[in-house]
Amino acid sequence: MTEVSSFLATGSVTGNTADSAGSAAMNFAGPAPAPTGTVLMPMAKAINAGLRQAMMDNAKVILMGEDIGPLGGVFRVTEGLQAEFGARRVLDTPLAESGIIGSAIGLAMRGYRSVCEIQFDGFIFPGFDQITSQLAKMTNRHEGQVQMPVVIRVPYGGHIGAVEHHQESPEAYFAHTPGLRLVSPSTPNDAYWMIQEAIASNDPVMFFEPKSRYWHKGDVDLSGSAAPLHASRVIRSGTDVTVLGHGAMITVLLQAAELAEAEGTSVEVIDLRSLSPIDYAPIVASVQKTGRLVVASEAPGFVSVSSEIAATVTEKAFYYLEAPVIRVTGFDAPFPPAKLETLYLPDADRILEAVDRAMAF
Amino acid sequence: MAETVETVQLLSADGVLHTEGRVAEFLPLIERLSESTLQRFYRDMVVIRRFDTEAANLQRQGQLGLWVPSMGQEAAQVGSAHAARDQDHLFPAYREHAVAMVRGVDVLSIIQLLRGTTHGGWNPKDSKNFHLYTLVIASQTLHATGYALGITLDNAYATGQPETDEAVMVYLGDGAMSQGDLNEALVFSASYQTPQVFFVQNNHWAISVPVSVQSRVPLYQRAAGFGIPGIQIDGNDVLASFAVTRENLDAARDGGGPRFIEALTYRIGAHTSSDDPTKYRTDAELQSWVARDPISRYETWLRSRGESPTFFSAVAEEAEDFAADIRARTHEIPNPSVDKMFDHVYSEHHAALAAQKEWLLSYEASMGAGS
Ligand SMILES: Cc1ncc(C[n+]2csc(CCOP(=O)(O)OP(=O)(O)O)c2C)c(N)n1
Ligand SMILES: [Mg+2]
Repeated sequence: MTEVSSFLATGSVTGNTADSAGSAAMNFAGPAPAPTGTVLMPMAKAINAGLRQAMMDNAKVILMGEDIGPLGGVFRVTEGLQAEFGARRVLDTPLAESGIIGSAIGLAMRGYRSVCEIQFDGFIFPGFDQITSQLAKMTNRHEGQVQMPVVIRVPYGGHIGAVEHHQESPEAYFAHTPGLRLVSPSTPNDAYWMIQEAIASNDPVMFFEPKSRYWHKGDVDLSGSAAPLHASRVIRSGTDVTVLGHGAMITVLLQAAELAEAEGTSVEVIDLRSLSPIDYAPIVASVQKTGRLVVASEAPGFVSVSSEIAATVTEKAFYYLEAPVIRVTGFDAPFPPAKLETLYLPDADRILEAVDRAMAF
Repeated sequence: MAETVETVQLLSADGVLHTEGRVAEFLPLIERLSESTLQRFYRDMVVIRRFDTEAANLQRQGQLGLWVPSMGQEAAQVGSAHAARDQDHLFPAYREHAVAMVRGVDVLSIIQLLRGTTHGGWNPKDSKNFHLYTLVIASQTLHATGYALGITLDNAYATGQPETDEAVMVYLGDGAMSQGDLNEALVFSASYQTPQVFFVQNNHWAISVPVSVQSRVPLYQRAAGFGIPGIQIDGNDVLASFAVTRENLDAARDGGGPRFIEALTYRIGAHTSSDDPTKYRTDAELQSWVARDPISRYETWLRSRGESPTFFSAVAEEAEDFAADIRARTHEIPNPSVDKMFDHVYSEHHAALAAQKEWLLSYEASMGAGS
């Protein structure tokens, strides 16, 4: 029973023994030295750094998941954290997603703040019931007397040429569920700050990590401050048409905006950042300016976050719209075998085709 | 699944205390109980049965949408509930009315739940850590396991202080044995050696499906496959339920790892007020279990050791008063306000939901103004 003995052999968690069920914001080994400066790092490392900071700030933060210990997760996002914090704060769990989420719920009742790693998007469904029927409803069932500060990290999306169940975008299932919050960073800087904000939230947060962006570098401003977790943001301004998306789609949208500019069309790009709730103010303001909106996502379009945004913007900005809101999404077919993924995933050309259609009205 | 040669029974169906054989190891736990605790077992079983009858009546009168009867399972529940210590956390399914009462829940809350004024009804922190009912079969087994894992991370057990060391007990039914969540909970609890007891009330039916469809081996034997010690008891014997649960909970709290108890009992009533058990089980089977009634055997034993007739009549009177109080208060339960639908979906502000609530309130107000 090596797993058990290594778990037990690690001894007690510093600072844990005195405080049992109580405070969520307990300091761990004194105030953590605040890292400073701007550092270039890939998104996977930025999330790692954010997790590490959150664990230093609060001894109640623990990580749970499959292969997240010595291996550091299949994407190495938790690399080094078990060595640093011990097997009692970075738990290699049995291979059972419902077990991971259900245990995190019980741990939250005890005052812990679990960050659960789901190995791949397509493997979240064994945990679906605990997420939607228990985690999402627990605070409501308790009429506010219990909080559920649980983060579920989900590496999601395509572009990595993987086998079935490894490239999916299941956000809509969870966005449809009251009680959950959903966010998705598109840059290392956002990833670093948003994971810490998600952990600090007293509500359950699903953290969708664009796995194809894990290895791409960006500046992380360690001495900066966090933007509001649920704020959407204009990341490129333009005047003719607004395009929006989240996660890995942002790279595609920026590419499309460059290409459109060369053809004389000015494209404004919005990074959604939060899928639930959706921050409509910047979106509506943008559409009031451009009169056109293209909503892009890797997920199938039918009953999707994209459809939701299209409907809501139509309600909120009807008189400003020069064209119907156009969705560019994955097809309503299962994510295809890898050799077909470039046809399935919206690329810059498909965004441009939609931009042209919007401009033609 | 019927009794096995290993079934622990302290009190025979006709109310005689066994003193030989395997029970010997549990008898000291009973001998240590005060007279008033022994009386309390009886009182709790009688009162909760009367409550159950009253609630069923209220359901028939249209006061409740549904009732979930506990009749027949009083000994399993009262014995195990009293075996838990104050600091323990108990995670029920939805039929553990007696456990709720023992832990100090105002059982009117259960009436409110089934009347449709709340999804919860009590605060576990104010009810000796008796958690909320969970209706999705076996979900609570994982919450219990996570909570128990938290106890291990806090080192709040196995210090040799049973008065403060913590443990968890989770209740489930025979049907729940087939759920993935229960099996994952057994794996997690075994891997992390959590201080917890799985307490299965095998009432022989999961709605209309007999336990033989859930398992081809006695349920307690399943535990061994997970590396968890399992034991089967006569769940209609309140003394066995108390003693075996106390021993196993204390072993778990002392660092002995998780334990599994299968209590053989029977749901004398319907699954719920919407059910018709005559469609799937025989009267002969029902009568065989009525003959093993948990209250009458315990009463026989108490009388045999000289309990006074006035005690029994006092309990009967208390049960009537209890039921009358429940009846009266049920009629006074107010309807919930709209707040209940919106205010606790998130614990932090959610603008979209706040706007929906505001819209509903003004819509309702405008309708009221128009009529
Ligand atoms: C996941 C799930 N499936 C189905 C149901 C509907 N259901 C409610 S109770 C029940 C039977 C449960 O049997 P058991 O676990 O033996 O508990 P008992 O009702 O006998 O106490 C079923 C099928 C449910 N509540 N949850
Ligand atoms: Mg049953």
